[in-house]
Amino acid sequence: MKRRKVDLAQAPADIARGVDERYQVATPLRAILNKVFPDHWSFLLGEIALFSFIVLLLTGTFLTLFFDPSMKEVVYNGSYTSLRGVPMSAAYESAMNLSFDVRGGLFLRQMHHWAALLFVAAIVVHMARTFFTGAFRKPREANWAIGVTLFLLGFLEGFTGYSLPDDGLSGTGLRIASAIMLSIPVAGTWISAAVFGGEYPGDLIIGRFYIAHVLLIPAILLALIAVHVGLVFKQKHTQWPGPMRTNTNVVGERMFPRYVMKQGGFFMSVFGVIALMAGLFQINPIWLFGPYSAANVSSASQPDWYVMFMDGLLRVMPNWQIYLGPYSIPPLFWPAVVGLGALTTVPMFYPFIEARRHKDKAIHNLLQRPRDNPERTAIGAMAFAFFIWATLMGGNDVIADKFHISLNAMTWSGRIGLLVLPPLAYFVAFRVCLGLQMHDREVLAHGVETGIIRRLPSGQFVEVHQPLGPTDDHGHPIPIEYGGWVVPKKMNRVGALAPAIKGFFFPVETPPEAPVSPGMPPVTGPDDREEITSGH
Amino acid sequence: MTTTHDGGNGGSQPPVDLSDPRLSRFDIVKEGLRRDDIEIVTYESQFPGVNSKAEKRVVRNIAILLIISGLAGLAFVVFYIVWPWEFKLGDTKSDYFTPILGVSLAIALFGLGLAILAWAKKLLPHEVLIQHRHDGGATPDEQLLTGQTMVYVAEELGVQRRPLLKGAIAIGLAPLGIAAAAPLIGGLIKNPHKPENGQNPPLFRTGFDPVANNGQLVRLTRDDGTPVRPEDVSTGGQMTVFPGIPGGATNEYADSPTLLIHLRPEDALVAREHADADARNKGSMFGDYVAYSKVCTHAGCPASLYEQQTQRLLCPCHQSQFMVTRNAQPIFGPATRRLPMLPLEVDSEGFFVAKSDFKDTVGPDFWERP
Ligand code: HEM
Ligand code: FES
Repeated sequence: MKRRKVDLAQAPADIARGVDERYQVATPLRAILNKVFPDHWSFLLGEIALFSFIVLLLTGTFLTLFFDPSMKEVVYNGSYTSLRGVPMSAAYESAMNLSFDVRGGLFLRQMHHWAALLFVAAIVVHMARTFFTGAFRKPREANWAIGVTLFLLGFLEGFTGYSLPDDGLSGTGLRIASAIMLSIPVAGTWISAAVFGGEYPGDLIIGRFYIAHVLLIPAILLALIAVHVGLVFKQKHTQWPGPMRTNTNVVGERMFPRYVMKQGGFFMSVFGVIALMAGLFQINPIWLFGPYSAANVSSASQPDWYVMFMDGLLRVMPNWQIYLGPYSIPPLFWPAVVGLGALTTVPMFYPFIEARRHKDKAIHNLLQRPRDNPERTAIGAMAFAFFIWATLMGGNDVIADKFHISLNAMTWSGRIGLLVLPPLAYFVAFRVCLGLQMHDREVLAHGVETGIIRRLPSGQFVEVHQPLGPTDDHGHPIPIEYGGWVVPKKMNRVGALAPAIKGFFFPVETPPEAPVSPGMPPVTGPDDREEITSGH
Repeated sequence: MTTTHDGGNGGSQPPVDLSDPRLSRFDIVKEGLRRDDIEIVTYESQFPGVNSKAEKRVVRNIAILLIISGLAGLAFVVFYIVWPWEFKLGDTKSDYFTPILGVSLAIALFGLGLAILAWAKKLLPHEVLIQHRHDGGATPDEQLLTGQTMVYVAEELGVQRRPLLKGAIAIGLAPLGIAAAAPLIGGLIKNPHKPENGQNPPLFRTGFDPVANNGQLVRLTRDDGTPVRPEDVSTGGQMTVFPGIPGGATNEYADSPTLLIHLRPEDALVAREHADADARNKGSMFGDYVAYSKVCTHAGCPASLYEQQTQRLLCPCHQSQFMVTRNAQPIFGPATRRLPMLPLEVDSEGFFVAKSDFKDTVGPDFWERP
């Protein structure tokens, strides 16, 4: 028998050729390997949401192996002695068993919950960054709208999950949810009856929420996240203005290997943070709340943080009931149905509203610094002031208790604050933006303050300014045009001083590049600097 | 290796002949980049030379991080297997099981994450590349071709020219769509107003309704089902009571929990005065005892914090406050409606019973509440 000679070195090339002949992948594959990604820390916020979503899928799948979404009444007989002999739903019992009788179950439960909190937090901060930098402008309006939908779905996913263990807190949350449905005019009682399968609480709701929580909502989330990230990929990420960066290019590094490795390393770190929190910080200790009973509520029980704004709005809403003959609309309807509805739909249209107002049909791939669009920044500040204040009011009883303020005074300040603070935030943010803009322009015109004080022959003291660009014949700096990017304002930002902080585990060998504006000549070395003595 | 250009796009460079044997692999990569419209601005090693000391140090650090990660991962598995994890009350070793898992897994993940990050950021060559975006759609020609093709497809179907088909589609397909939705919606719909077993619909009824108890008045019981006598509640005291029927204290009767309060005589005087002045609550108190639904009329939380000094009942959910001596009228917070009063009586054996069901609808408000 004759041995065939195999050239091992040629094997990969042969295989690759064979694959390409069948699937025509060579060109698109190379385009993916070579794709250029811009980089900035703020672009990682969306990634945190993505990575915590992956952790949610992994840990959640583990939980389903043990959780029993049934409202059948059972008597507890597990390891947690204080609740032995207590009647409870099978759902609560299985969540208890997950915490006490499944090895490592509590760890995974806590990981799932912490990942959920991080997920929604990352969505909100990511949303803020896309908003304040104008990343939602044409051509990314659809991705913004998908993002808003993702927030709403994340909220619902979190709420359904919170309800599943059927403990004291989740039952109270469900009760309020049922009341919110009841408050809808005309159809309220019908909607609540449809969702709960009759009178609250019935014995179907956990099963229904379960299928929504583990199948329906995650499937939609997964699909939308795929489209969301796919669009970022297709449309290419926005970038900050800077040297060489234009509206028609992307300046950065190739997807493989550097970008993907950085993403992978970052994923592991996010995963690590979640694991650490899950190990060290207790979350949702359902055994302390006990099984749900309609007659009991532990005071100072707070929902998960992203539901607190809703709770806060319910608390500060005055008791205005609208009567229409024999019918009425309870005050609950306004914050919970109209409010939440508006909060999750109106922002979807913001990109179109802004483009309309400024008759802006251009494509924007360069981000804007928040200060450069004071109006938008002020609107964002207003929205966040509202959200944060409402969230704080969701804990107004705790605040009142801690600081010995009367609850009534707290509620009143909540009401007044909700009306006064957002416009105030608008005004302050607007002024701050203008101030920052002015300072930027000043530095560009006159140079960086050096901290060196010089005495003029006349006896007058002036501070020496280091011009950022060339100077004219009299040593006066020639004004530089603003490039939409950070203006160096400290001497070490123009390379005059070594970086203040050394590297993390070995010294930084090269000083960081000073960010410079486009159209600005590179910063010159220390030798050709000259002192100007004339001050301004 | 450093290449530097001043502007222009990748396409402006001349193509290279790939069959040229003198091309290095990097030259070939560069040609690929050029064809993908990418230009290299900077591509340089972060180290002064091959195998420099600095490079070796970075490599060593990464290796250490990977080994730490591996050790921590191993520790996770070992602790998972050997640590006594079964829960016992009190301070036991099992309390440390979850923290140990968390810390060891976190170290393993951080180690791996930092190793990869250091590899990418400190070891790989520093690179800056420029890629063109090609925004703004295809050429007008392309747009025209696709647009016209779509219009032509519509014309081929010819729905516009054939009105009969248009109508037939509507008439023929709409029912099918409805048929698909019908089971989903129909299965979920439950008429909240439909009487059940010949009784009031549950929307307007609680466990205290005698009809559900074979016409007998329902006793007030504790959560363990034992009935309550007036002397069981001390002056100024309160007790949560449930209907004394099978399952009366379970969530099946989530609207039934009631707060039985034994008022101090002077408060009771005021309370009775107000109750008797009200058509619905008239005669509902028993002596100095009054009973209100515990289900908050705002959003249904148990309004359970009774302040004896001020005679207020506070709901912990959104801080609605109800005046116990004034028919539980809301005096602060988002609730708009008073808590319904349960008419009280004592039966021949000396136990509390409800004279009838609540006369107002219990629980959160809704559109058609009578
Ligand atoms: C499920 C939650 C979400 C996930 C997993 C997610 C993920 C991502 C990722 C990985 C990116 C690219 C990196 C970055 O720019 O941060 C991105 C970009 C983007 N996201 Fe999200 N996101 C989520 C929610 C949202 C929300 C709530 C909004 C806004 C309402 C939003 C709007 C955008 C926009 C406009 C971009 C394009 C940004 C650009 O190109 O500069 N996303 N998202
Ligand atoms: S449920 Fe009682 S105040 Fe809202």
